[in-house]
Amino acid sequence: MPEAKGSPASSLRLIGTPFRRVDGRAKVTGQTRFADDLFFPRMVHMKLVRSTVPHARITAIDTSTAEKMPGVLAFLTGDSMPEPFGILPVSQDEHALCTDKVRFVGDPVVAVAALTEEQAYEAALAVEIEYESLETIATVDEAIASPEPRIHDYGEEGNLHKKVSMEFGDVEAGFGEADRVFEDILYFEGSTHLPLEQHATVALTEETDRVTVYSSTQTPHYLHRSLAKVLEIPAARIRVIACPNGGAFGGKSDPFNHEICAAKMAFTLGRPVKITLSREEVFYCHRGRHPVLMKIRTGVKEDGTLTAQHLQTTLDGGAYGSYGVASTYYTGALQTVTYVLPKYRFDSIRAFTNKPPCGPKRGHGTPQPRFGLEVHLDKIACALSIDPARLRLDQLVPADSVTANWLKIGSMGLGKCIDAVIEGSGWNERYGKLPYGHGLGLACSSYLSGAGLPIYWNHMPQSGVQLQLDRSGGVAVFCGETEIGQGSDSVIAAIVAEILGIDLEDIRLCVADTDLTPVDLGSYSSRVTLMAGNAAIEAAERARSLVAKGAAEELDVPAKQLVFADHRVFDGENPDTGMSFMEAVIAAESRHGTLGTTGSYTPPRSPGRYRGAGVGPSPAYSYSAAVIETVVDPETGIYSVEHVWMAHDVGKCINPVLVMGQIEGSVYMGLGEAMMEEQVFRRLPKKRSNALVHKHPSMLEYKSPTFADMPPVTSYIIEDPDPNGPYGAKEVGQGPLLPIMPAVANSIFDAVGVRVDQVPIAPHMVRQAIEAKDRGKEARFGPKSFPEIDFGVPLRVPTPAEGGDGKAVNVEEAGVRRGIGTMKERKDPAKGGN
Amino acid sequence: MKEQRHTCTLRVNGEDAAVVFAVHHTLLEVLREEVGLTGTKHGCELGECGTCTVLIDGKAVLSCLELAVECEGREIETVEGLMIGNELHPLQSAFADLGAAQCGYCTPGILMAAKGLLAENPSPSRDHVIEALGGNLCRCTGYHKILEAVEWGAAILRGDLASRPPPEVFHGDRIPGEEVVDA
Repeated sequence: MPEAKGSPASSLRLIGTPFRRVDGRAKVTGQTRFADDLFFPRMVHMKLVRSTVPHARITAIDTSTAEKMPGVLAFLTGDSMPEPFGILPVSQDEHALCTDKVRFVGDPVVAVAALTEEQAYEAALAVEIEYESLETIATVDEAIASPEPRIHDYGEEGNLHKKVSMEFGDVEAGFGEADRVFEDILYFEGSTHLPLEQHATVALTEETDRVTVYSSTQTPHYLHRSLAKVLEIPAARIRVIACPNGGAFGGKSDPFNHEICAAKMAFTLGRPVKITLSREEVFYCHRGRHPVLMKIRTGVKEDGTLTAQHLQTTLDGGAYGSYGVASTYYTGALQTVTYVLPKYRFDSIRAFTNKPPCGPKRGHGTPQPRFGLEVHLDKIACALSIDPARLRLDQLVPADSVTANWLKIGSMGLGKCIDAVIEGSGWNERYGKLPYGHGLGLACSSYLSGAGLPIYWNHMPQSGVQLQLDRSGGVAVFCGETEIGQGSDSVIAAIVAEILGIDLEDIRLCVADTDLTPVDLGSYSSRVTLMAGNAAIEAAERARSLVAKGAAEELDVPAKQLVFADHRVFDGENPDTGMSFMEAVIAAESRHGTLGTTGSYTPPRSPGRYRGAGVGPSPAYSYSAAVIETVVDPETGIYSVEHVWMAHDVGKCINPVLVMGQIEGSVYMGLGEAMMEEQVFRRLPKKRSNALVHKHPSMLEYKSPTFADMPPVTSYIIEDPDPNGPYGAKEVGQGPLLPIMPAVANSIFDAVGVRVDQVPIAPHMVRQAIEAKDRGKEARFGPKSFPEIDFGVPLRVPTPAEGGDGKAVNVEEAGVRRGIGTMKERKDPAKGGN
Repeated sequence: MKEQRHTCTLRVNGEDAAVVFAVHHTLLEVLREEVGLTGTKHGCELGECGTCTVLIDGKAVLSCLELAVECEGREIETVEGLMIGNELHPLQSAFADLGAAQCGYCTPGILMAAKGLLAENPSPSRDHVIEALGGNLCRCTGYHKILEAVEWGAAILRGDLASRPPPEVFHGDRIPGEEVVDA
């Protein structure tokens, strides 16, 4: 394989060493300015009046009482912003404020601004909205059974938003080659991001009749586009600044109603407008993990070799599209990147329901099928009496290969990950041999280092970096990346400092400002280190070459021979001949004029050419393996995780402090999903509107792990450099979460011999499975059936092994979907609108 | 309805701050909106997440549940009062160096809870630290780095350790695949 961009590992000074994050001092002193920390003269406050009913037509809005209340300044309703928006071009199904109907409890209908936050809140309570109720669609089953009333007037059919059916290779032939066929039905409950920071936005108009929007967003560029579309003003008149996010995890990657309304209100009032969501509103904004039911069927030979797999999933999408079309594909796309799967079929539907919209949460669409696959493989290993680690190690996807669904794999360190956790946990000596009630479980995973395609189709770079060098010897770095806590500022700064041989303190960062920084698509899909990192390498190497020319002439040394290190530029063969970095910049500026460079990054094209091939490709895939030790009390079903061993192939570790932080944070969040976190709803009685309300929209009742709940974690950073990564680096922000849920389930089986085929795993589920086992029934708790769904004729794509070219062969066949389920024809979105 | 307002002087980080505020406003609101100290954050404003923790007379309290009118004459400490001149407090430097602050939003509250603990018990056991911080949620770190940073900061404060952790604490000398146990 070709070499990764960046210098060889032997010469690195900063990359790979632990350093204090560049924003560390600001974070520990309370000086980091989150969106709600911004105050401006004459600033007013805004609140949204949200729907109290789950599905209804709006028949009347009465603000007359509210208008007379103290401090009230202005109202906005949906008719002032008729243009729809949405994160995906194919799902422009949201309005800044609902125009004709509401689709979930929490859907915003009216915005009200007042002098103080309390006045806005009181006025919001006094706004009266009349509704004409519509039947509520609460679940995927109800969405299938009730095509009417439709929640949206677009989509596949009835209340099905999206349907997918794809077949890679002759799957039936694959099953024919199998000695055994295994089938499982599993369920993954929805969960929410629960960032500590509640979403906040401040919008203000400027002297030039432009609007600046400060917001807690992971995707300032996409917000910028949505604002231009809905406000119907040129994007050049809008400036979006993403403040550092107080945690996001995917929950701040959609453009939100409150952001657009704040901008509109600022234009209406001509003064700064702030809105900060309450915690309850954050629960209702959601965009979190889709609840997914899955049926997984796999053909296996006696030696454990997989011959074919058929995966079916249903997604409960909630009330809007959000990222849902992508989420739907993601519940199938990455099943092929860990173990060789020669033939693979994937069917899926996403249903609209009258609940807060689901979207991307850490792992976006892949933790659910990964849970299914890893539990399924554990069962297969047990049935065939093969060690679960052996089963996996024997059929790892080779590095530098192409999968059945045409994903290009680069480096692949999963074998090393499995070896590390097996050895660390004493797996070979302990698995299957611990006393009753004690168990070990293994699971693995993989994740993207950035989605291969942008959200809207274009040929421009997905990340850009600009450098400005000045006579002080300092370097200003401009990049659209957004700091959400993951440490992206530090990664970019370190790369530039490394290449120019200067310190982190010499770097000034300007990030996530659509006026000043080149576009970066945002902090989602674990894309920043790889994409913005490569752009930073390009910009910094260009800067080094400019500076080297100046220094070479001054020193009379060939430019190629110059070394940049320790604030100096010097002759590598005669280190005493050199000058300070500042002197070298001056030498270069004297010759070339003002010094600035740019770098950009566009991912390589993926070999897949079929409809749907846009979801799944990535420049590089990270790999993780986990072993979890659990103790279960069979009398109560109460269990505790005693230890987690986690190995993650990060390609190249840029900063071990940040990498360890992402690993441990992912383990923590995975344990929350495995053991307790659930975004679930209940129906109010008929006489009280029959509404679907959040079961526990508070941080007390939405259970998440505390200090006291966190088990010891043993981490292994595995480095299998990928040629596409900066210095070989791959992602670490999401991947290590994925194996945790199945590893917990598998460890419970090893402990007490029962299967819980759904998460979160509550003690009563374990107990009921034990009781079933004691009665001689199936030792299992979990879903029993998968709905009958007509997925139609699958799109047939021959695999690389079958000599395919990445294209589907039956596009014209009757019954094959041709992009229906999407909202409208794709315009040229790069030119305007989403 | 005329809002009843209260005028008083609060003692914040050893300095007097004259403020006027509605009587029902919480200490959190008054600190952020009247005194202008936005270092104290909020995550729920219902006493559930610990993000808004400050010290009152040395004890950790949730400023979202404390009425500001009840704080007159008491010593209030916020994250802005931690630094000594331009130097970070040992807890702060330990948090920054060890990766105990990722997004940094829960950090001010956890720092104050930790300071309150160390004032009472300069050598807390791991269980003591977990108990003292048990009401503070963090969604980024997985908690271990925070526990290590509190212990590191405590050791510096006791004079047991140098002011900056040595490189091995960051796992910097690791070879690829070498294990790191956080327990």
